[in-house]
This record gives sequence, structure tokens and C-alpha cells, in this order.
Amino acid sequence: MSAPVATKLPREESPLRRLATDFAQSKLAVAGLAILVLIVAIAVIAPLISPQNPYDLAQLDIMDGRLPPRSKASDGVLTFWLGTDDQGRDMFSGIMYGLRISLFVGAGSALIAGIIGSTLGLVAAYARGRVENTIMRLVDLQLSFPSILVALMIIQLLGKGIGNVMLALILVEWAYYARTARGSALAERKREYIEAAECLALSKARVIFRHLLPNCMPPLIVVGTFQMARAIALEATLSFLGLGVPVTEPSLGLLIANGYQYMLSGKYWISFYPGIALLLTIVAINLVGDQLRDVLNPKLRRA
Amino acid sequence: MATWLARRLVQALFVVLAMTVIVFIGVNVIGNPIDILISPEADQAERLRAIAALGLDKPLWQQYLVFLGGTLHGDFGRSFVYNEPAMRIIMQRFPATLELAFTAVLISIVIGIPAGLYAGLRPNGFLARTLMAGSILGFSLPSFWVGLMLILVFAVQLGVLPSGGRGITTTVLGVQWSFLTIDGLRHMILPAVNLSLFNISLILRLTRAGVREALPSDYVRFARAKGLSPARVIGVHVMKNIMIPVITVLGLELGTTIAFSVVTESIFAWPGVGKLIIDSINLLDRPIIVTFLMLIVLLFVFINLLVDVIYTALDPRVRLEEQG
Repeated sequence: MSAPVATKLPREESPLRRLATDFAQSKLAVAGLAILVLIVAIAVIAPLISPQNPYDLAQLDIMDGRLPPRSKASDGVLTFWLGTDDQGRDMFSGIMYGLRISLFVGAGSALIAGIIGSTLGLVAAYARGRVENTIMRLVDLQLSFPSILVALMIIQLLGKGIGNVMLALILVEWAYYARTARGSALAERKREYIEAAECLALSKARVIFRHLLPNCMPPLIVVGTFQMARAIALEATLSFLGLGVPVTEPSLGLLIANGYQYMLSGKYWISFYPGIALLLTIVAINLVGDQLRDVLNPKLRRA
Repeated sequence: MATWLARRLVQALFVVLAMTVIVFIGVNVIGNPIDILISPEADQAERLRAIAALGLDKPLWQQYLVFLGGTLHGDFGRSFVYNEPAMRIIMQRFPATLELAFTAVLISIVIGIPAGLYAGLRPNGFLARTLMAGSILGFSLPSFWVGLMLILVFAVQLGVLPSGGRGITTTVLGVQWSFLTIDGLRHMILPAVNLSLFNISLILRLTRAGVREALPSDYVRFARAKGLSPARVIGVHVMKNIMIPVITVLGLELGTTIAFSVVTESIFAWPGVGKLIIDSINLLDRPIIVTFLMLIVLLFVFINLLVDVIYTALDPRVRLEEQG
């Protein structure tokens, strides 16, 4: 009898499962992910769970203004666990709605900037020559100006408002994606599968988006997480300076700005709690991004 | 080298020209200055007279040339709010910003390099890990929030430091400075620390990486074998090699620090250029904004040019790549 063929093949792990196991190795990153999921969930279902609709002026009572945390509303029904702002708005509800705006602006601009930047980066790496030169010069130019100045310039030229803030954030961020996409695409395009795809006479667009792009995704995802945190921080900064979202739909930054003037008189909660929400969001995203960077890097992957 | 420099200069010039076009279009085409400058009650004849007086009836390219000519002379018009030349107003505020930015960079050197050295020499110690974790926070936390917390803790709760303003200033060379009086220094601590946090994190990480890289290298082992004291090996041999990236980054970051003082100055009511700009944007004081934007563009183009030139002069690899 011949030697028995190995009957038990090592179980093939699905890539997603391997990613999850690798990710779970850092407790800090898992905690970050948990916080992030919680924050996103709160932001999405805020209208269903918030004690008060902070945009509905009829629900506000000016007599409840600037109450410290854990005070009762004048009608005796509501308890303001995190206090109220100068309009008598429940801070807890305000933060829930503020998170919606902050996350929407941050994630939205990071996504759009990602699409634009990655496309330009891939095209630059694939086309080479003059096209690449032009795109990369633009990237250099963009990266040499600090983000806050670019954003200030856009807001100054186009005015305030959610749309313009997002436009400013996209303009600040696209270059990071373009640089990353070009970097990894330059390495990938020398690989055989790209050559094979080209030999099949596939269209350039197909080679770039169906073959090149999926293989450049891991670093782009990592850049995307960090850029999202940056976008949220920058939006908060602009709104804090009074150059961001309109007062009718306050983001976390604007909530913090509203409480700023009362902070010096000891009424810390109007600024403090939205600040904590902002801090948790940014730190959670960074923790997740940090671990993703390690997990998605094939050089660091466990054997 | 000469051709490279000429090409680089032309490139820089084009960037500046492109920015003047963008700023001009932004100011004169997207936003209509007439709406701001002329009262809405003015009748038609008065409007036309004002438009002619401002040169707004000329074709756009002519207006642009006039704008460009003014720019070359540093003449950006008079501030609507202060009714003085915009350039003079900005120059009056500039020393305060410079003072703050330089102090911030100084703080980041004094704290960042020793902390980075320590973290590099004892990478697994508790303190080193804490420092590294802290530097991530320094990178990612929005500086306005940190500034608010500094005010909340040191000015409101503890009451040991003032929350804003420049304090008592002394006049040297016709300019007011805060760093020469005790009161001025006390006012400067919080905003300068706030502004320096990002740079501290950056320098800490750079220094740590440099130390980690240098320690196993041959020249360090040789210096040790020669019997030099550890202090001398670290202080002279390692430091020399670390300083190159640190100085480069510091030079680059000075511009960014000045830019980010917009945020810090607004929080701490520091009367510098940054606060002026935020106020001007809110008051629609366009001449000030245009002057500021053009100055900043010039500053950054200049810094980038300088860094490129120094790099090329110092590093033969860069030089060869450019020529090859």
C-alpha cells in the first residue's frame, strides 16, 4: 500500500476571517472599533432615541437655559443628564444630532476625496509621462500648503455652508489618496497579472479599475480612515471658528463654539461634553486605522 | 545646478501667478465687491459713478492687470474696517504671530528632542510607551479642543494662568513684544504650548526613530569601542545624525505653525495676524483677506523653494536625480 495521502488539508481560512482574527489581536483596536460602531449607531438612529429634538424650537424652553448636568427641566419630565446650552437645549440630544453632521461631513468628504484622489493617482501611475508629471506636481503643490489655510481660502471665496465645507475638505484631502494610490500602483503595474490583462487587450479603464485598483485598496483604506478622522477634526475647527456649518444644524465643533463664551464663567458642560464626543470619535477612528495599517500590510502578516 | 535653479524659480513664479489669478477671480468674480462697497440705497447714477471710480467697468483682464500691479507694490487697497492700508494693518499684527510661532517651535525642540531621545534609548519602558501614545493624541486631537481644555484647567479651574490677551508688552525697535516681561510670558505659556503640541509629537517621533536607527549602526559601536562615555556617544555622535531630519522638518513646520496660529490666536484672543484674519472673514474685510492670502502664498512658495535648494545643495543623491 502506498503511503496514505494527507487526508486532512489545513483548513483554508477565508481572507475576511483572517483579517478579523488579526485585527482582534489588539484589544485597544477592538475597543476603538466598539466605540466607533456605538458612535455611528447613535448618530444614525439619533432621531429615534434622543430625549429631545434640538432643532425643534417649540420643544425648547429658554427658562431651562444653561442648566448644569443632571438638572430637571422646568416641566419636570425631562432630565438633562449633560446639562443644557444657552437656548435650553438638552446637550445630550444636541451631541447626538451634532455627531450626525460631523460624521456625515467627515465620512462624505473622505469618500469623495478618496474616489477623486485614487482615480488620479492610478491614472498617473498607469499613464506615466506628462500626465503623471502634471498630476504629481499638483499633488506636491497641494501638500505644501497647510490644510487649515486651504480650507480658509475656500470658505472665504465660496462662503459658509455644509456643501462648501465638504468641498474644502475634499480639496485638502485628495492629494493624500493620489500619492498613496500612485505609490502602490507603480509597484503593482509591473506584476504579471497586469501584463496579462494588457495582453488580453482589455480597455485601459478596465485594467485600471478592475485589475489595478483592487490590488491597491489596502493602503487606500488605511489612508481613508486617517483622512476621515482628519476631516472630522478640520470640520470641527472650521465650525468652531464660525466658518463651517450653519447655526441651524450645529455639528460638534459649533456646539463647542457655542459654549466657549460660558466656559470662562465655569459653565464648562456646554463645551466640554461635545468635546468629549469629538475626542472619542477621532481617537476611535485612529485606533482602528492604526491596527488596520498593521493588519493590511502583507510584510507584517503572521506566517 | 544653475539651470535647475532657474527652472525651479520659474516654477515658483508660476505658482504665485496662478494664485493671484485664483484669488482675483475669487474676490472679484464670485463675490461682487460692489454689493459690499456701495450702500443698497444708492441710485443708479451713483452706482455707475462708484463702479467707474473703482475701475470695475473695465474688462476683466484689465482689472486683473491693475490688481497684479498693486500686488507687486504691496498695495492691496485700504481695509474697509480700519480705513488704513491693508498691508500696514497686517504688518502691525505680524510680530505677535511670529513671537508666538517661534516660542512654540522653541518649546517643541526643548521638550521634543529630550523626550524622543529617552523614548529611543528605552523603547520598551513604561514612560516611553506613554510618550508614544501621547504623541498619537498630539497628532490627532484638534488643537482648538486642546486649547479649550488648557483654558478650562489652568485659567478657570486652577486660576494660575491668564486665559487670553498678550499681557504687558515692551516696545523694542518700534515693535511690541510680550516675551520681555513676566506678565507677557505668563500670557504666552498657554497659547504657545497649545501651538507646539503637534510639533512636539512630530519631533519626538523623528528623534526616537533616528536614535533607534543610529544605535545599532557601526559608527556608534565604534565610538563605544573607543571607550567614549555614553553621554558623549549620544550627545555628539548620535545627535549630529538626528539633527538633519529634525532641522528640515522644523523649517517646513514653521510655516505650518504660523498658519495654525489662526486657530490658537482665536481661542486665546492673541492679537496676531491669525485672529485678524478670522475677524476679517466674518466682517467681509476683503483687502485684508487678499493681502493675507497673497503673503501666505509667497511665504510658502519661498519656504518650499528654500528647502529644495538646501536639499539639492546638501544631498548629492537629490542633485544627481534632478540632472539625470
